[in-house]
Amino acid sequence: MEYDTITAISTPMGEGAIAIVRLSGSEAVSIADSIYKGKIKLQDAESHTIHYGKLIEPKTEEAVEEVMVSVMRGPRTFTREDVVEINCHGGIVSVNRVLQLVLNHGARLAEPGEFTKRAFLNGRIDLSQAEAVMDLIRAKTDRAMNVALNQMEGRLSKLVGKLRQTLLETIAHVEVNIDYPEYDAEEMTHALLNEKLGFVKGEVEKILITAQQGKILREGLSTAIIGRPNVGKSSLMNALVHENKAIVTEIAGTTRDVIEEYVNVRGVPLRLVDTAGIRETEDIVERIGVEKSRKVLKESDLILLVINSNEPLSAEDENLFEAVKGLDVIVIVNKTDLKPNIDMNRVKELAGSHPVITTSLLHEEGVDRLEEGIAQLFFQGGIEAQDITYVSNSRHIALLQQTIRHIDEALNGIEMSLPIDMVQIDITRAWEILGEIVGDTVSESLIDQLFSQFCLGK
Amino acid sequence: MGYDAGRFDVIVVGAGHAGVEAALASARMGAETLCLTLNLDTIAYMPCNPSVGGPAKGIVVRELDALGGEMARNIDKTHIQMRMLNTGKGPAVRALRAQADKFLYQNEMKKTMENTEHLTLRQGMVERLLMEDGVCKGVVTKTGAEYRASAVVLTTGTYLRGKIIIGELSYESGPNNMQPSVNLSYHLQELGFQMVRFKTGTPPRVNSKTIDYSVTEIQPGDEVPRAFSYETTKYITDQLPCWLTYTSPETHELINGNLHRSPMYSGMIEGTGPRYCPSIEDKVVRFNDKPRHQIFLEPEGRNTEEVYVQGLSTSLPEDVQRKILATIPGLEKAELMRAGYAIEYDAIVPTQLWPSLETKLVEGLFTAGQLNGTSGYEEAAGQGVMAGINAALKVKGKDPLILDRSEAYIGVLIDDLITKGTNEPYRLLTSRAEYRLLLRHDNADLRLTEKGYEIGLIPQERYDRFLAKKDKVRQEIERLEQVTVKPTPEVQDILAGAKSSPLKEPMTAATLLKRPEITYDVVAQIHPAEPAVDEVIAEQVEIQVKYAGYIDKQLAQVERMRKMENKKLPVNLDYMAINGLATEAKQKLLEVRPLSVGQASRVSGVNPADISILLVYLEQGKLAKTAD
Repeated sequence: MEYDTITAISTPMGEGAIAIVRLSGSEAVSIADSIYKGKIKLQDAESHTIHYGKLIEPKTEEAVEEVMVSVMRGPRTFTREDVVEINCHGGIVSVNRVLQLVLNHGARLAEPGEFTKRAFLNGRIDLSQAEAVMDLIRAKTDRAMNVALNQMEGRLSKLVGKLRQTLLETIAHVEVNIDYPEYDAEEMTHALLNEKLGFVKGEVEKILITAQQGKILREGLSTAIIGRPNVGKSSLMNALVHENKAIVTEIAGTTRDVIEEYVNVRGVPLRLVDTAGIRETEDIVERIGVEKSRKVLKESDLILLVINSNEPLSAEDENLFEAVKGLDVIVIVNKTDLKPNIDMNRVKELAGSHPVITTSLLHEEGVDRLEEGIAQLFFQGGIEAQDITYVSNSRHIALLQQTIRHIDEALNGIEMSLPIDMVQIDITRAWEILGEIVGDTVSESLIDQLFSQFCLGK
Repeated sequence: MGYDAGRFDVIVVGAGHAGVEAALASARMGAETLCLTLNLDTIAYMPCNPSVGGPAKGIVVRELDALGGEMARNIDKTHIQMRMLNTGKGPAVRALRAQADKFLYQNEMKKTMENTEHLTLRQGMVERLLMEDGVCKGVVTKTGAEYRASAVVLTTGTYLRGKIIIGELSYESGPNNMQPSVNLSYHLQELGFQMVRFKTGTPPRVNSKTIDYSVTEIQPGDEVPRAFSYETTKYITDQLPCWLTYTSPETHELINGNLHRSPMYSGMIEGTGPRYCPSIEDKVVRFNDKPRHQIFLEPEGRNTEEVYVQGLSTSLPEDVQRKILATIPGLEKAELMRAGYAIEYDAIVPTQLWPSLETKLVEGLFTAGQLNGTSGYEEAAGQGVMAGINAALKVKGKDPLILDRSEAYIGVLIDDLITKGTNEPYRLLTSRAEYRLLLRHDNADLRLTEKGYEIGLIPQERYDRFLAKKDKVRQEIERLEQVTVKPTPEVQDILAGAKSSPLKEPMTAATLLKRPEITYDVVAQIHPAEPAVDEVIAEQVEIQVKYAGYIDKQLAQVERMRKMENKKLPVNLDYMAINGLATEAKQKLLEVRPLSVGQASRVSGVNPADISILLVYLEQGKLAKTAD
């Protein structure tokens, strides 16, 4: 087969029970196999069969997702190539995780319309549909271009632009040593190169760390406030909404007030959700049981568990702790204005590594500490929100990871003291890949840089 | 008026570095060839720096040699010094550079041409082409001579409407006060060619006897004798040094004080000059924080006192040039023999050419060298040999020889020109080649000898020698992959001597050679080849084994590129009728008319989505619908 293996998320973005990551190409099955653990190897699977198993990170054997994987061998597929479809849990986080895994193990992210293009080029689609295919490619590209344009104005492109400039100057420096060996420019040394590359790598890694936060910033952190009746859940919500101007208020549904409030807490947008009526109605755990409520709570990115300082811990409270085990939780011990009847040691024991914050929402005390706690939880020790660049796009994440891979190869070359012009091959590749993020891959800019940075001539 | 002056297969107009290679290639392929030049005394003349080679350019010279060209052999016979550059870097960027005895270079080239069968040398100024039904059938000279031919190669250098500018003075002239060619330029425009105005320049020459070399640094040639040609066996050992000095603060002051008299800043020059070859006034203005600029003093030959002042290219008035020289250490008393000058000339927009260097507009007409917007003797020679080859192939009714970007710097050069065009005189740089590691100076013969042989430019006995070399390299690599190096005390000693860590377990000799600090000689010390291989083979084996990982990576990239290169596009494809192509892409593609999808993807303004659409369109089989 002629083409490399491509992949993309093939279900619409957004909430859904299942999402599908599709691979097409000669290595589709082997790539899937390298990250799949099930009863049989996918390469031994019959065509057009579906298999239950787990996706794993091969290095660590750590399970990433529970999946159903279909194997369909060409030519009886949409693209006429081998196709693998990975069915995973819906929701942006898990499907992106699967996509990343596939990208990291040899697949290339599909260009807009590329599956359809392949289907056509491999003779799968009727000739009369060709025009439609071309329109599709154009439309999708234009849309991608618009996104790219928005990014161009954003912080990401500025930062990437800066890193590219650093790389470009470094490359130009290597080039001037090569093309003008007698010119009195400082010789680019391995040590100097190491330093520049280390810097760029560090910056790219920083951007990647924010990838998850980028998603949060875009969509808001879905936040559930839970607790027994009358512990102060409404007050908490009001306090958060009150202190932090609500961005959007959406009232949907008529049978019951299902409310979503968007608030911005120190740079962390929270989407306060009330899908299961936790706020207004009775205790969720009591209503649907620990197991089921866990499932609901798992959908949330952040859980604010409120308990009453004025009352001893009840079995219901203990159930709640049980239900949120392993999730991102902040425990709020409210009503500290009243006489403390709660066993704080037991609370801390139950809370484990989760932060515990005491408040008196009635007197608006402790809200600051809560907000601080929320921000800390998601910015890992208080990175200032306005200083971070957020990436949320899988394509960008994949490109940034490739950049790091090439920088690592270059660093490795330096380590082995390979000639500088060989090391430069990987630096140039890193520079080109970063260019794909901002849509600039014109190689002429190197030559421009060479002649603006150095004074050359006969 | 006109008279019938004879009939040839191929006519080459011009005998500069492009012209001589074109004429020699064509004649050596058996085509009856006429080479017309304005002046028989300036064949292969070097109007600017007396040197050949350097990074990228030196590799072109070797490529030429592998294709049967003359530049390498000629400089091997006539240089005054030779150096290998970039020896401290990787094998891909090593390059030879020679200082030429420019007079010997000319004489030797003229002698070679005069002694080449099927080649006629003649003086004459070509003023127009003989055209029949839009096809070029020959040329007409100023004296009325009408020469007929099946193919014509124009290599007019900087002569077309040439204009010399020195300070406030300007006059119509070719380089070094030779007569310019005016009518031919107008004729080309009448035929519909789009022309651009470019500019270049040259520094003053000074008298060696008046230079105080004691305050300069000596720049000798390499002690090891070197040669460009793979065939050269006689080496020149008696070399002349060059010398290095620098501009001083007074130089910069003087230039800044006289900028108003510089034609660059007074607006007298309209042509676009190359950024990589700025005048000294340009350097001082644009890089005003640089305290000094290098000046290399290069002898122009063994039997002359003229010295080329490299780094001091200028179009300032002659009186200012003299004052500038006096501010440079070593040149305080230097006597100016020729003033530097800027020269403007007409070039054709190179996107008007096919990859064979035949023009799209006029069948049977080829162009090469500075006329195509390049700069440099090597760039000219590289195009010259290709234009000569393809003119001769056309006469024989054969397909043109086209080198791709992974095969030769010549391929990169021509593809860049015809696909992207150029906004300034084009110079080859190693960074223009994406497969630099494959395009090395050491393997130019391995890349191209086969092709040279196929078209008849490489004689049988040379080809046999080449095959033998290739075989030896292969055998020696195979041997190294088979023999095992064991961690014996003797081996560990040798490794320690080479500052390499001791072996923990046995490995093949090839694996050991991959260590950066291990040379072929060290491996041969452990496991000598029998019989021992010569240096050239050893170098080749070492490079191929040591850098195999990187080389393989580039080869994989080449494979991907080839797939796209092999998807051919019809010449008269109606891009306007392809729905979905962006407007800019349509226009650019129509202008360049690429021959393959690969070439299309390199046209500026054509993005990956356009390429996808082209692929789909190709598949659609609507290609019969053409522009006419």
